[in-house]
Amino acid sequence: MADLKLEGSPKTPTIEFNSGNGYLLIRGRSIPENSIEFYKSLIEALEEYNNSPQANTKVDIQLEYFNTSSSKCILDVFKKLEAINSGNSEVVINWYYEEDDEDMLEAGEDYQAIINIPFKMIEVEEE
Amino acid sequence: MDNIHDFYNKMEKGNIMLSFKGEVTSDLLTSILQIMESKMETLEEPPKIKKKVYNILVECLQNLYHHLDDDDFKTKINEKSALFMIRKVDGEYSIMTGNFIANENVELMEGRLDRINAMDKDELKMYYKEVLNNGEMSAKGGGGLGMIDIARKSGKKLEYKFDHIDDEYSFFSLNIKVAQ
Repeated sequence: MADLKLEGSPKTPTIEFNSGNGYLLIRGRSIPENSIEFYKSLIEALEEYNNSPQANTKVDIQLEYFNTSSSKCILDVFKKLEAINSGNSEVVINWYYEEDDEDMLEAGEDYQAIINIPFKMIEVEEE
Repeated sequence: MDNIHDFYNKMEKGNIMLSFKGEVTSDLLTSILQIMESKMETLEEPPKIKKKVYNILVECLQNLYHHLDDDDFKTKINEKSALFMIRKVDGEYSIMTGNFIANENVELMEGRLDRINAMDKDELKMYYKEVLNNGEMSAKGGGGLGMIDIARKSGKKLEYKFDHIDDEYSFFSLNIKVAQ
């Protein structure tokens, strides 16, 4: 079982990964000083999941803030998803951004330009 | 005792919202971010400005934190000291940092900053993607993206200065203005 559930904190996001229904959620803030350590468990869970993935994998990314230290790790997560997508599972990535948050929309576009999976950009109202 | 009043007046005239001098620790970083977030909440800043300022604060503080992490940058009195200030003048935020840097690293730093300052918005976006995708990740995770990201979010040129201290060290001052 490659399931993962991490509670969010002021510096780290909520992460939920359910291998049984092929769903990954990353929500909140990702500004830890050491992001490699934080993302390690998710990267490993995705690697394990790729051995026997569901036919469809849905990913929701709802980040409010992320630092550049996290941005590389998030790219690594997307690269794992790319591998899953070119394997036996069809991956859909939903990238959420708050209206007027051009920086977060652009960040999603930056990833989309690098990663070979279609991103769905979803605008949400400010909280 | 007069000095305290002088300090106060200087900070008041300089529109300093928050300032800190000393060692930047993980806990301090968390506190500063919380304080600034609630200050900007109270000031009812537009979400766009709030997010930009917050993002730049995170990168600046973590730059200082990681920089001071390094034993090479201890000052003569063995204090891992840095200066950090936030001002708001005529509605414009600026974030200022100061820290000691080994003379041998000045040229490299200057080169990076000049390269970033020579780029327009689209070039910065390209450069960011290039470093994100190809750059080596340092053990601390940064991998040279911080300053590029700061420049992108600020929308202004980075102002900087190196003051020569002695044979070993210079003082690196950085002023980041946040475009409205």
